[in-house]
Amino acid sequence: MTYLWVGIGGIVGAVLRYQVTKSINRRTDSTFPWATLFINWSGSFLLGWFTRDLHRLLPQWHNVPFLVLGVGVCGAYTTFSTFSYEAVSLIRAREEMRAVAYVVLSCVGGFALSAIGLYGFPKGS
Amino acid sequence: MPYLAVAIGGFFGAILRYAVSEWIGAINGLNIATLLINWAGCLFLGWLNTMTTERLPIHPNVRLALGTGLTGAFTTFSTFTVDAWKLYQNGQVGLALLYITLSVLGGLAFSYAGYRFADGWFGRRSTAGRNIG
Repeated sequence: MTYLWVGIGGIVGAVLRYQVTKSINRRTDSTFPWATLFINWSGSFLLGWFTRDLHRLLPQWHNVPFLVLGVGVCGAYTTFSTFSYEAVSLIRAREEMRAVAYVVLSCVGGFALSAIGLYGFPKGS
Repeated sequence: MPYLAVAIGGFFGAILRYAVSEWIGAINGLNIATLLINWAGCLFLGWLNTMTTERLPIHPNVRLALGTGLTGAFTTFSTFTVDAWKLYQNGQVGLALLYITLSVLGGLAFSYAGYRFADGWFGRRSTAGRNIG
């Protein structure tokens, strides 16, 4: 049954990624992979947040919400393979600086947003 | 139909990722399963995308199911970033940095390897074909 929960989440996550990619690519002519960048940023934030808070929202459902929304939806929504493929494609197109910018932005933004999800916004003094 | 193709691929991709991570798990806090999953996915997508765009055109829906759906859902960026923070939280800062470096550089290398692999596939024949055409 746990596998089915993950699979259902996987359907939602993959379709969401496909739709978001189409919507963003329709609005920009840029060859820079903005869509995947947005997806990996937003998914990193969501998984951090779900990891921290989801078990508190629906305790009677045990690990089912995290299997569906965390492992399934966030896992399938974000993607490492497309990220790498796009970075390599930029290098192959001799756009090395944009490739480096893409990798750095993906990682720095992904880590910052997942930290905000996991630990909350940094509190200013 | 494109949505159905992505959905079917996403269903199996997520289940496959979960199965592999349950099977391999983590070693010393390091999520070796996610690392191997992301590397394998990068290799396959590099091969598939190159193969289907430059060498062997397949039906767009099959490509969506295998690439966007299956491989996209199999690999994951969010687990990678959250797992790196968990290592950091455990005081395993060196291991966190190693995990990040291996994921990113390995992912790029495997993606490139997939492209080169597909590029060499029927390499001579398709080049000859292009010259004639």
